[in-house]
Amino acid sequence: MSAMLQVRDLTKKFGGFTAVDRIEFDLNEGEILGLIGPNGSGKSTTFNLIAGALTPTAGSITLEGRDITGLAPTQVCHKGIARTYQIPRPFRKLTVLENVAVAAYYGANQLISRDEAWRLAEDALELTQLSSDPRARVDGLGAAGLKKLELARALATQPRLLLADESLGGLDEKEMDQAADMLSDIRRERGITIIWVEHIMGVLMRVVDRCVVLDHGEIIAAGLPQDVAHDPKVIEVYLGSDAEALQTQVAGRVAGSA
Amino acid sequence: MEFSITDPFLWETVIQGLLFGGVLALLSLGLNIIFGVIDVVWICYAELIMIGMYAIYFLYADYGVPLPLAFIAGILTVALLGAALHHFIIRPILHTEPINQLLVTGGVLFFLQGFATLVFSVEFRNLGVSFGSFAAGDMFFPISRMLAFAVSLVAVVVLWLFLKRTFLGTAIRAISQDREIMPLMGVSPQKIYLVTSALGGGLAGLGACLLVLLYDIHPAIGLTFGPITFMVCVLGGLGNMIGGFIAAFIFAEFIALGGFYAEVEWGYVMAFVFFIVMMFIRPQGIMGSKS
Repeated sequence: MSAMLQVRDLTKKFGGFTAVDRIEFDLNEGEILGLIGPNGSGKSTTFNLIAGALTPTAGSITLEGRDITGLAPTQVCHKGIARTYQIPRPFRKLTVLENVAVAAYYGANQLISRDEAWRLAEDALELTQLSSDPRARVDGLGAAGLKKLELARALATQPRLLLADESLGGLDEKEMDQAADMLSDIRRERGITIIWVEHIMGVLMRVVDRCVVLDHGEIIAAGLPQDVAHDPKVIEVYLGSDAEALQTQVAGRVAGSA
Repeated sequence: MEFSITDPFLWETVIQGLLFGGVLALLSLGLNIIFGVIDVVWICYAELIMIGMYAIYFLYADYGVPLPLAFIAGILTVALLGAALHHFIIRPILHTEPINQLLVTGGVLFFLQGFATLVFSVEFRNLGVSFGSFAAGDMFFPISRMLAFAVSLVAVVVLWLFLKRTFLGTAIRAISQDREIMPLMGVSPQKIYLVTSALGGGLAGLGACLLVLLYDIHPAIGLTFGPITFMVCVLGGLGNMIGGFIAAFIFAEFIALGGFYAEVEWGYVMAFVFFIVMMFIRPQGIMGSKS
């Protein structure tokens, strides 16, 4: 069986600077893949390339056997890929429900009815534990609420692949755990495949099936979380506390699943 | 001159101002929605209205098309013009310096004026349709102005419902806030811009329907309404449709009352002085936000 998403030889250069350098990875249907690496390692660029916000300099991206390299973001959305932004970008003049409903109505691959769009929007809000009160304003949401709204809007487009960009920055520890559980639930209940980009590696390691570690635009390690966490190259990149936290979390995960 | 609150002529003037305000409000709507959504000022907005007026005039007066059909054709013509203006002229320079968009639509203004002068000549044309007047005691109000006022109010309400209650309207409101992320929701910004441009053009066409009943048509008629429409929008807060609506009535009352106490020209002078003073006090406009 071939992988759901195949990234081959993917390269992006900005002038003389190579942000992403011939990276390759596969993603299986139903998987949660952690895409990690320090600042400037090329994680967000990789996301932008898959989502169509940037056009690759070289390489290819294949979704479910079809080449989606270089498609416009609108087309990528209709092919079944949704993304969230690290910094939430809600439409503040719209209500919470309207934000999600617009995504549901236009994000679907075919024309859907108004009622269907409202239903999808309410469904996405329920999944992200947000109120579907039609009067709820975006301004009433805190940092965690805005992250959830970002996620709800992405889910409302009925994606099969979700690109979640650093969903947890700015949250406290409890909120982070909740958000991680939410991604896990989304995968379990909806069967949505997820690529999760994250700085805060500890929480991520608890949920993901596999990891790809980027540094300076290249893949330096890939595999199971426990292997990646002990990889000398990864430890070198994440010197000190981060690497320790990461191993503690992985240890917890192994202990928990045993 | 005596000032009396019971003077019927004063009240007639105030109500005439109100009626004129309705027309100005309608004119400001199209310009405001274009600016609010696409961030572009159509300097040639009133010239689009002028073309619409000619279209209605020729269809009705020369080809004998019934007036309601001529109105619909006029609205569609200007809607198409608006879409074409965006597609062929605005779109290629949308992401360049804002001054380019002002210059290019300014160029279209002169092009359309010159075009109308060459093709239609400088002759003043009148549709020759009169609906008579409505008398209330000693006060008289032309039916055409009352009609224009009523149509303006209906247009505002319909536009508001469209923006609030439909997905297309919601997408238009959304894209005015963040054009970059709309594609993630499967919305192509260029399609929304094209629809918005046709909508702005359609509103200009509706303005043409009302103005063609009230004024003679000539190639420079745009200059009569272009600057004041632009000032109404700026006074209200560019892109803010409610602000534009309020500003339209303020301007109209200045002009009407100026005409009552002195000359209409003094009314315009007072309105423009008020505009300049307001620009010092509230440069962002009555309803505009600080940024």
